[in-house]
Amino acid sequence: MKKEIRLMKGNEAMAEAAILAGVDAYFGYPITPQSEIIEYLMSANTAERTGMQVLQAESEIAAINMVYGAAGCGKRALTSSSSPGISLKMEGISYLAGAELPCVIVNVVRAGPGLATIQPSQSDYFQAVKGGGHGDYKLIVLAPSTVQESVDFIRLSFDLAFKYRNPVMILSDGIIGQMMEKVELFEQQPRLSEPPEWATRGKKPGAKSTVITSLHLESEDMEQVNLRLQAKYREVEKHEVRFELFRCEDAEVLFVAFGSSARIARKAMDLARSKGIRAGLLRPITLFPFPVEEIRRLAGQVSGMLTVEMNAGQMVEDVRLAVNGRTPVEHFGRFGGMIPGPDEILEALETRLEEWHQKQPA
Amino acid sequence: MAEQSIISPENLVYKKTGVMTDRELHYCPGCGHGTAHRMLAEAIDELGIQSETIGVAPVGCSVLAYYYLNVDMQEAAHGRAPAVATGIKRVLPEKYVFTYQGDGDLAAIGTAETIHACNRGENFLIVFINNGIYGMTGGQMAPTTLPGMKSSTCPLGRDVLTMGNPLKITELVAQLPGTYYVTRQSVHTPGNARKARRAMKKALEYQKENKGTCVVEVVSNCPSGWKMNPVESNKWMEENMFPFYPLGDIKVPGKGLVSDGKNGS
Ligand SMILES: Cc1ncc(C[n+]2csc(CCOP(=O)(O)OP(=O)(O)O)c2C)c(N)n1
Ligand code: SF4
Ligand SMILES: [Mg+2]
Repeated sequence: MKKEIRLMKGNEAMAEAAILAGVDAYFGYPITPQSEIIEYLMSANTAERTGMQVLQAESEIAAINMVYGAAGCGKRALTSSSSPGISLKMEGISYLAGAELPCVIVNVVRAGPGLATIQPSQSDYFQAVKGGGHGDYKLIVLAPSTVQESVDFIRLSFDLAFKYRNPVMILSDGIIGQMMEKVELFEQQPRLSEPPEWATRGKKPGAKSTVITSLHLESEDMEQVNLRLQAKYREVEKHEVRFELFRCEDAEVLFVAFGSSARIARKAMDLARSKGIRAGLLRPITLFPFPVEEIRRLAGQVSGMLTVEMNAGQMVEDVRLAVNGRTPVEHFGRFGGMIPGPDEILEALETRLEEWHQKQPA
Repeated sequence: MAEQSIISPENLVYKKTGVMTDRELHYCPGCGHGTAHRMLAEAIDELGIQSETIGVAPVGCSVLAYYYLNVDMQEAAHGRAPAVATGIKRVLPEKYVFTYQGDGDLAAIGTAETIHACNRGENFLIVFINNGIYGMTGGQMAPTTLPGMKSSTCPLGRDVLTMGNPLKITELVAQLPGTYYVTRQSVHTPGNARKARRAMKKALEYQKENKGTCVVEVVSNCPSGWKMNPVESNKWMEENMFPFYPLGDIKVPGKGLVSDGKNGS
């Protein structure tokens, strides 16, 4: 069968992908720049198309807890929001991680802190990758940089969520959510037919009842749960790292950028190349797990790295940890919804290049 | 007659329901939570829906309700049980779903979730244990604490001018078109406990009809939080809680509102 190709807005494409991925339920609360997701779903007649349930909740708190309930029944549950709403969801996300429930949370990031602006940003990196809610937990975090990836990652996210029984976050931003691009949609996937054995579906006669909980009152038990979660995160780190390299074979300097910043950094890389600077680009696709090994490998090759982020310098900390002092790592960022241009990125690189070359052993 | 000859199946007049596990309850002596669990379990048992029921536990003294209620259950964050139950019921509409929540859980931190689930007319049962206090955290003031009643955060008694008035959330949700059956019961005497069980059973049966949210409030005691022995606490409850939270049906299918709760305030 020929796959369908359409021109779609990022948010709407994700919504369509959710229907096609056989998602059972979506719960959300409107917030710019992602309200198109629930609007699209509400007008797509999902009940008839696949039986997918769509509900506008009274708040992001309620929405994420509805996700918890549906996920606890072994269903594919999705929610989406933007930064202030994601802050509200953090309590529920911690409970989902603690109860090891699979689900997908889309964050179409806007600038902060506070109510700030509806313009695009990447300033929720720390919140997504380092926690955000309470307790030692990790989300699997995917950062699309195209509308096509936004579509593909909806399906991938549910696969990963169920494989690891863990919440997955798609960290998009206002640029990717709002822009229109050509997308190839995948074929309609069936909704899950068989519930996983850990799901609450009504106790089978004679069997033990199933309980979904994150409560473990005894410290000895709770430590075991924490150890199990940590072991799971190590497995995720081992198997699920995803990234993309551009012209890294002969690179003497490296850009590191994710999401929409990576698109702009790629332009800056081309500009640098045209001026004779051998620049490369590493684009992390998974922010957790982070491409630590690849960055470490490239640290031995390049004379410096520059992260390009629409924030005050968040991912740069993870790059520095990976590099561990072997090569200079600097950050260039714009915030508040300001989008960096390729020229200013190149300029930032050129200023640092001088410093880096001076530092090179003679 | 020898004791052994008395213990025989034909003489059996009382049997514990299989919807309760054999686990020892952790509740304080005389606490109403255990009896309320039992009534709910018996209602489920009588309807024969144990394998089709999914419950949601709150945060509060009954956080471990799933230790005792022998049905599939999910533990919700504090106050979020109605949202969790909404998620369950929306993906499994053919199952029987209930939440079991205290007054702090349902009427303070979870007010929005409670009101909106009721307003949407979500098809599940809310069992609401109103003991006028935060039992679990050591007896702090609840949204339902009576005027003048003492707690660890109103040691001189609740001053309604600065601390607000007790919230009659059950009367409040009864006003919403989404609720179908709303009633207030107690479990402090065998007769009252039986009535509470019948109310819960009715509410579960109504779920089949898809007519809206059913709320069964149980006005209950908290001997530890109230700093009374069990007998005193039940007497105090009758004399102080019931006048403010009068027992009986508030909204009945076919009839609508049958009480405004005003006779007690
Ligand atoms: C978000 C959050 N805030 C506060 C608490 C602490 N806490 C646990 S139970 C409780 C009150 C419970 O009171 P109630 O709902 O009346 O139940 P009871 O113990 O009286 O049955 C509080 C404040 C918590 N667990 N989570
Ligand atoms: S603290 Fe109160 S509500 Fe909690 S178990 Fe003890 S008596 Fe019951
Ligand atoms: Mg209470």
